[in-house]
Amino acid sequence: MNLGFALGHLMAQAANTASWWKPIQASAHASSVDSLFNFIMYLCFFFFVLIIGAMIYFVVKYRRKEGVPIKTSPIKGNHTLEIVWSVIPGILLVIMFAWGFKDWLAIAVVPANAMEVRVTGQKWNWTFTYPKEGIVSPDLVVPAGQTIKLVMTSKDVLHSFYIPDFRIKRDVVPGRYSVLWFDPAEEATHQIFCTEYCGTSHSNMLSKVKVLSSEKYEQWIANGGEEEGGAGGKPIPLAEKGKKLYESRGCVACHSVDGTAKVGPSWKGAYGTAHKFADGSSLASTDENYIRESILVPGAKVVAGYPNVMPSYQGQLNDKQIESIIEYIKSLK
Amino acid sequence: MGEQQSSQAAAAGQHHPKYLAHHFESMEQQNASGKLGMWLFLGQEVLFFSGLFLAYTLARIFYPETFLAAHELLDWKLGALNTIFLLTSSLTMALAVRGAQINSKPTMFWNILATLLLGGAFMVVKYIEYSHKFHDGLLPGHFFDAAKAMHNGHPANIPGAPAIFFAIYFTMTGTHGLHVLIGMLLMLWLLVRINRGDFNSENHVFLENVGLYWHIVDLIWIFLFPLLYLVR
Amino acid sequence: MDSNRNSAPKSAHAASAGGVEPNYLNAHKGIWSWMTTVDHKRLGIMYLVGILTFFAAGGIFALLVRTQLLGKIFGGPGKQDWLFSGDTYNKLFTLHGAVMVFLVIIPSIPASLGNFFLPLMLGAKDVAFPKLNLMSFYVYVLGGCFLLFSILTGAVDTGWTFYTPYSSTTSTSVVSAVMGVFILGFSSILTGVNFIVTIHKMRAPGLTWTRLPLFVWAQYATSLIQVLATPVLAITLMLLAIERTMGVGIFDPKLGGDPVLFQHFFWFYSHPAVYIMILPGFGVISEIITVNSRKQIFGYKAIAMSSVAIAVIGFLVWGHHMFTSGQSELASAVFSFLTFAVAVPTAIKVFSWVATMYGGSIRLNSAMCYALAFLFLFTIGGLTGLFLGSLSVDIHLHDTYFVVAHFHYVMMGGTMTAFVGALHHWWPKMTGRMLSEFWGKVGCFFVFVGFNITFLSQFLLGTKGMPRRYANYLPEFQTLHQISTVGSYLLGLGFLITLIYMIQSLINGEKASKNPWEAMSLEWQTDSPPIEHNFHVQPVVKHGPYEFPEIDHSLARGGH
Repeated sequence: MNLGFALGHLMAQAANTASWWKPIQASAHASSVDSLFNFIMYLCFFFFVLIIGAMIYFVVKYRRKEGVPIKTSPIKGNHTLEIVWSVIPGILLVIMFAWGFKDWLAIAVVPANAMEVRVTGQKWNWTFTYPKEGIVSPDLVVPAGQTIKLVMTSKDVLHSFYIPDFRIKRDVVPGRYSVLWFDPAEEATHQIFCTEYCGTSHSNMLSKVKVLSSEKYEQWIANGGEEEGGAGGKPIPLAEKGKKLYESRGCVACHSVDGTAKVGPSWKGAYGTAHKFADGSSLASTDENYIRESILVPGAKVVAGYPNVMPSYQGQLNDKQIESIIEYIKSLK
Repeated sequence: MGEQQSSQAAAAGQHHPKYLAHHFESMEQQNASGKLGMWLFLGQEVLFFSGLFLAYTLARIFYPETFLAAHELLDWKLGALNTIFLLTSSLTMALAVRGAQINSKPTMFWNILATLLLGGAFMVVKYIEYSHKFHDGLLPGHFFDAAKAMHNGHPANIPGAPAIFFAIYFTMTGTHGLHVLIGMLLMLWLLVRINRGDFNSENHVFLENVGLYWHIVDLIWIFLFPLLYLVR
Repeated sequence: MDSNRNSAPKSAHAASAGGVEPNYLNAHKGIWSWMTTVDHKRLGIMYLVGILTFFAAGGIFALLVRTQLLGKIFGGPGKQDWLFSGDTYNKLFTLHGAVMVFLVIIPSIPASLGNFFLPLMLGAKDVAFPKLNLMSFYVYVLGGCFLLFSILTGAVDTGWTFYTPYSSTTSTSVVSAVMGVFILGFSSILTGVNFIVTIHKMRAPGLTWTRLPLFVWAQYATSLIQVLATPVLAITLMLLAIERTMGVGIFDPKLGGDPVLFQHFFWFYSHPAVYIMILPGFGVISEIITVNSRKQIFGYKAIAMSSVAIAVIGFLVWGHHMFTSGQSELASAVFSFLTFAVAVPTAIKVFSWVATMYGGSIRLNSAMCYALAFLFLFTIGGLTGLFLGSLSVDIHLHDTYFVVAHFHYVMMGGTMTAFVGALHHWWPKMTGRMLSEFWGKVGCFFVFVGFNITFLSQFLLGTKGMPRRYANYLPEFQTLHQISTVGSYLLGLGFLITLIYMIQSLINGEKASKNPWEAMSLEWQTDSPPIEHNFHVQPVVKHGPYEFPEIDHSLARGGH
């Protein structure tokens, strides 16, 4: 019994670093959710020990013994007791409800000064669009200390946007917009998951929240959403940049670079080789034009034997990025 | 009536009516069980259709203008004719049950036959309506053919989502029509059993249950008709 | 604990052998007599065989899922698919869920044990509509065939919830799976109708509503939900099939539909369905605990009425599956409140079971061990539901392993533990043979320990933020996943042991007496196994189901 409480206490204390069973508390909301979590947890420990303790005690005490005549109590019920154990849990349940409702209302209403970022979910990656700056990014890059409002929609099926460190989650639904907000306090990187099952690579539909200081964030905006390189740093070879895009923009979910066929054909050696298409036509040698078309209008020519499931990247990759990807594919001999 | 007699017989523990299944103690118990079972089944039917009515309601909230425009493409006169057929058949069905209560085999037989024929007439009209829709391309989902509809003299542009309206129309009337067909099969079986002399004032719970089922099928149509044909 | 073992099974057996009347198993011979039987006991046995077969299949799917989640043990973190591709994994967890929910847990206790024992407990010769009962069975088989057909034609990868628009767009064989579930629903409805009428109309003389065994009350509440909720699921799945085959926009936003509508429809059935699954388990536990404590149940009326209350409130809480899906704030608040409200009758039941043991004389046979395991596991399952009912905490935990662990504690730790316990309790009546008490307890131990290892670790995965339905995961989750997988192997071992000693009992188990547990309800007053028409003479009931002779009425009003 004491062990349970001690364990619970230990768990509750390890709040601001990720423990083996809980993510860090990255915002005020996260810690208030955890307070309610702990309140319910302590109550649960209490009732669990009460119920199971009584059960074990009764089993030991009233266990049938050989040779002792069996006589049992004629008790059929006890109204006082029954009322007590209905009313007390009832009151506690109302408290839990009210507390959860209060915290939840707080995140249901978006603060007025929030900075807006558009989120698009599609099989199987996230895209973040900064409407004012016109920047499109695979990661959610935000300045510390600024309230962020996410306006989210899906291109295909249901997804759900989840950041454990902020204790927030919201379904992303095709054909409508859903809203979510959070307050990133400190510079850090947080994991984003998709939590509504969405098919083959559901478990690879991951992304990151990168909380930067406001100076670094300004820098990032000034670089047009490119993290390193550009202005101050050394220029990066296009192929290398393409590799980064391959990893960050969801290509990796369906295309391998080692020759194995996944949802889509492998990129290894794809450039310059012949392809047969589902509609019967063929291409003698894969060139820049075909790759570009496949990125922007994936359904136009689908390689035979593969399903026509790739979403269009029209508007999500700019010309420079498409070129980088082409260079990367070229480099995969 | 007869039930009283049978319960006395059962109480006396001698006469075991031939219609009494082995696991029941009395005709009274058997009849009451049969009826309760049927009522529960009908409750289930109502809930089954309520899902469809909910889908109808939501679709109509989403696309009010579609429902207004598309219902013009349904022939309310044929719908009204079908309503008359079904209402009359409910009457003949009730008379057949009455026939059982007064031990009149001809009353049962002819009324069930009339009900069966009225049900058949309903299906014939439905067939005419359906084949007309098929011909004009007024079909659900991606089978909906606007060009064909226009070619056959229907308004060029039905606003909103006519494909959804016709999906609702076909799903609801189709499910209902399937129930009518099942009812007609049950009535064929009833005719055989009436002829065999299975039913009398003491034992007619099966006849009565088919009657209850038929009334529910009728009742659902009473709702379908105005909702689909007389939207305004 | 074994005192009952030597309590004259021989003489009881001799008496029934003297009667010469054949029992239900050997009254008719040949496979055809089974295929066309309208005997509720034979149908119960046929359901039981079907359910246990599907349980084995669903269990194997689960073990494959857990094995995948070991992650790449050698050479690197669990980030990559190592055993199955994402698609195969998705099909495996979908099949596990669909088979377990629709073919195993929903029919488990009602269709097998309910069919077998409901008429016996009521002192009736059969259910009200025996032919309908046979039809329900074949409808169940047909539904199972559709699901099997779906598996053979490429299986489904939608998850057992069939959420749109994924299910209306995926290329796997959704339609046949959905039709299978549609058909299974009608089996469930017909069984429910049959049971309600049977309970209303077929009770033996003197068996008033307050003298009904609590198992019967639980079946009654279950049947009500089956009849009232299942048609809505049926129509939902029909609409989904229509959407897929004809491209009608009901749920798919691309065609002009509303994907969240499907969730409302689906959970309107599937949440009450959770109570279809758990209520019969409650009934079983009430029987096992009273019989083995030799006491009146504590608060008969409270337990009976709480079943009905749960059935009613259970219809009004479906929206708590949708706190993150974008329903209105008001709706979420109301659903959250009602969810907490349903916890009260559930708590009353748990308290009453524990209080029943007070002052009793507890026989720790294997059925009782399973009942105690049920109390332990179900209490955890119920309490963790509070986290999920609370709006703000649920936002964090929704669709994570916390939810997975919670409903496995309720469905598997609750219903399946009760089901296996019930098999141990009523096995002698059904088969006329005793089970090995020693191996029964060994099996129970492995099931209990394996279960807790498997699913306690999943609570922690959930609080840590591990989403469900992931074919692979980030390295930080690997240790807990591996612990969980090891637990699942122990759990599988427990069930394997159980299967083996059950087969052994059928072959050469000790013959069972009429009433090995000295219970008072009517099913124990006939032979083991029962004769074809259940009772030699129509029983007449003069007392409640738990008025055991050991109860010392001189203690009344004293000392407590």
